[in-house]
Amino acid sequence: MTVTTITDAELAPKDYASDQEVRWCPGCGDYAILKAVQKTLAELGAPRERTVFVSGIGCAARFPYYLSTYGFHTIHGRAPAIATGVKLANPGLDVWVVTGDGDGLSIGGNHMLHVLRRNVDLQIILFNNEIYGLTKGQYSPTSRRGTHSPSTPQGSIEAPVSPCAFALGAGARFVARAVDTQQPDVVAVLKRAHGHRGASFVEIFQNCVVFNDGVFDHFTSKDVAAEAQLHVEHGKPLLFGPNRERGLRLKAGTVALEVVPVGEGGVPPGDILVHDETNRALAQLLAALEPPAFPVALGVLYCNPAASYEAEVYAQARAAGFSGEPADLGALLRREGTWTVAP
Amino acid sequence: MATASTLRARQARESVVIRFAGDSGDGMQVTGSRFTVETALAGNDLTTFPDFPAEIRAPAGTTFGVSAFQIQFGARDVMTPGDAVDVLVAMNPAALKVDVKDLRRGGTVLVDTGAFTERNLTKAGFAANPLEDGSLAPYQVLKFDITRLTTEAVKPFGLSSREAHRCRNMWALGLMLWMYGRDRQATIEWLRRKFADRPELAQANVAAVNAGHAFGETAEMSEHLVGYTVPSAPAEPGRYRTVSGTEALAWGLLAGMRGAGLEKMIFAGYPITPASLLLHTLANLKAYGVVTFQAEDEIAAIGAAIGAAYSGSLGVTSSSGPGIALKTEMLGLAIATELPIVVIDSQRAGPSTGMPTKAEQSDLFQAVHGRNADAPLAVIAAATAVDCFEVAIEAVRIATTYMTPVIVLSDAYLAHAAEPWRLPEAAALPRFPVRFRTDPTGFHPFVRDPATLARAWAVPGTPGLEHRIGGLEKDYDTGHISYDPDNHARMTQTRAAKIAGIANGIPPQQVSLGDDHGAVAVVGWGSTYGAIHRAVSEARDEGGDVSHIHLRYLNPFPRNLGELLARFEHILVPEMNAGQLVQLLRAAYLVPAQGLSKVAGKPFKVSEIVQAIEATLRSPHPRSPSPHRGEGARG
Repeated sequence: MTVTTITDAELAPKDYASDQEVRWCPGCGDYAILKAVQKTLAELGAPRERTVFVSGIGCAARFPYYLSTYGFHTIHGRAPAIATGVKLANPGLDVWVVTGDGDGLSIGGNHMLHVLRRNVDLQIILFNNEIYGLTKGQYSPTSRRGTHSPSTPQGSIEAPVSPCAFALGAGARFVARAVDTQQPDVVAVLKRAHGHRGASFVEIFQNCVVFNDGVFDHFTSKDVAAEAQLHVEHGKPLLFGPNRERGLRLKAGTVALEVVPVGEGGVPPGDILVHDETNRALAQLLAALEPPAFPVALGVLYCNPAASYEAEVYAQARAAGFSGEPADLGALLRREGTWTVAP
Repeated sequence: MATASTLRARQARESVVIRFAGDSGDGMQVTGSRFTVETALAGNDLTTFPDFPAEIRAPAGTTFGVSAFQIQFGARDVMTPGDAVDVLVAMNPAALKVDVKDLRRGGTVLVDTGAFTERNLTKAGFAANPLEDGSLAPYQVLKFDITRLTTEAVKPFGLSSREAHRCRNMWALGLMLWMYGRDRQATIEWLRRKFADRPELAQANVAAVNAGHAFGETAEMSEHLVGYTVPSAPAEPGRYRTVSGTEALAWGLLAGMRGAGLEKMIFAGYPITPASLLLHTLANLKAYGVVTFQAEDEIAAIGAAIGAAYSGSLGVTSSSGPGIALKTEMLGLAIATELPIVVIDSQRAGPSTGMPTKAEQSDLFQAVHGRNADAPLAVIAAATAVDCFEVAIEAVRIATTYMTPVIVLSDAYLAHAAEPWRLPEAAALPRFPVRFRTDPTGFHPFVRDPATLARAWAVPGTPGLEHRIGGLEKDYDTGHISYDPDNHARMTQTRAAKIAGIANGIPPQQVSLGDDHGAVAVVGWGSTYGAIHRAVSEARDEGGDVSHIHLRYLNPFPRNLGELLARFEHILVPEMNAGQLVQLLRAAYLVPAQGLSKVAGKPFKVSEIVQAIEATLRSPHPRSPSPHRGEGARG
């Protein structure tokens, strides 16, 4: 087995850009995410030759073409399966999966479920724009009820899936969330994801300027962000608001969160829940928070590492005698029930 | 060991067909397998055919719960499990009902009278007891109360009555081993290993084998039973073992991986009958560099194989018809990205779920043509259980040499069928080491080897070769995304030319039996090999001008195939489908090939092919008179 070693000299974000012209719509949130990923790789000093980006199909899936690492643009929904094969063949590679809400949760929902529960050591970035962009604007599995689209002229009647709640339900051991344009947060979350051994699931709210423009404005626009975003941090109280004057606490007598004012005229700071990123139940509660009654929880909602899939696969292989050296094939064939015909 | 007196009493047979039949819980597959091992050790050539129901535990005593295992063994080359059964071991009325129709007139049927109860007779649908109503008059019937004899033999070991009852198959095995003068030692050792943690079960099963055997020796005195000898078959000197098609495929893939100089095989599969056996076999070969991955579905399985190939390992996936259908889009991706994977299709009767445990050859069209767009890949087929080994190696060679997916066609019959195999010397196995690209000079992902047209295999981890591939069309000269019309035409032609060019690296088509010209060529592929070969041999013994041609390479065909077929007046193509190879041959060579179709979920009988050959020999020349070709063909 090979181990990642940092060999490149200091690389800048631009060193992770390929020579291909980026062809997303002007103003697309993907640009911001691309910049954040390039910055993340530079800050990590990721060796380009050991870094692989695997994508499915959709606007987001063009991502690998714009990076100077290894890249595999596969087919719709299947990137987690192919990435699993990459990681099984060479666990020393640093493998990222880029997917979208349609790619990762509709056609590829099954693969997403299994790659998360297996805990394959991948960073999975799901660009959620709540719409099918590349096919020209149909509602997606994350579209809210009532979404008007070419295929739902009277509005969608389907309940949406919450990516982070899905990931937690699937058994993911790292779940985080960020907003495309909030680059420092995206970089911070991606670096945490990269440091986590096992499947890391990161949902990025990504604005589609053409088919779903402004769908996240109610919590991402500058004038409401402080009010509508809760940036969680392990070991810190769950506070938000322009002056962090509001917080979350457990509602007495039930398993639910409530928003309460803190400090003067409000509850004592000690009543506010402290974020524990190893607590899956809390992560589920945080993932489910929705405006207007609640802020949207951002940051690392859950991080509770366990042995990664490929590490256990190779531990079993070694226990069975695999050393990387060719074992005796002839002995295998002769192992049982042979007889000899004399000349 | 047979004593001198029993040897004197034995009659010689050149070959024998035995079918063990019973309830699916009666252990008939185990019984047949153990008889097979003892027979192989006795030096007979043999072929086996397990025939079991899809139901895991069908209701006991029903006809649809009957499980059977057939073996033909002999003193000459044995190529099929046999058309007609010489000895039927029927452990219950349902087994008799289902299987007696395949027993030849005058054949022997051994029944357990203890199982012929009112209740079992009713469940099997008998109005009257066939042991008493004379319906078995055409056969020699051996009636023993195996249930009672077994119960008595295992009494000292304190088993439950259910456990004791389950030893009946070993009693029957013991008797059959006696009948053909077979040793019991390997079976006794195997039972001791199998039941190592339940010594009383081991002892009871051994006692049952011994009791059945002793019964033969004793009963012989009263002339109820006749013992037989089947002399060993002439065989090349060497070390032998029996091997099933599944084992041979597994080991062949390993040998192919070694031949290519690759350290690891990533084998990804999803449970499906009858392909799962290969996953199970390989899951035990981790020490040899095999990583098995039970994926969440068929698509993920081939996806992981593609990801593994992209990363420089041997990527393999395996399934059966419906699962292969699910993998179709991924095959297109492997074709577009030109990555080497091996896909093994254990064909079964269809369409849709069809008959999962029954063999068919009906995925040929799917393998050759079953994808969107112009998407050529290599297709090869295994002819026998032993052939699976070479075919698997060849699949790896083609995949890695030409950077292409290769589909290997096996089937439900080959997956289970077993035959003796002279073990190859590991050092003598083919070597075709891959060369990963490491030189960045002039590199792009679609830079090609001018001889094979294979693109460079550049794997992640290699500095300076960072590149992006994917399902979008790529520029021939740079490897970048391209929508250029002329470039797409060029890439389409290149993909086709690369696959067609595989024909330059394979042996010319040989004739398996007979002349390379004549009246009739019987052209087959896959597991029909044995039946066709035997049929052609019999027809030739009768003076028929007929040859057997068996294809391993189905896409592309060998370069000389068209010319070879043109030297025959008639081309007869037996297939276990509604006529697929026959259409491919007609399309490729404009030859008047005629199909012989069997879609009964069972292999061809030799006699069925012999009859078709005879009819073909009697039929008029299908081609319009052409002195040119006629003279040439006869010359």
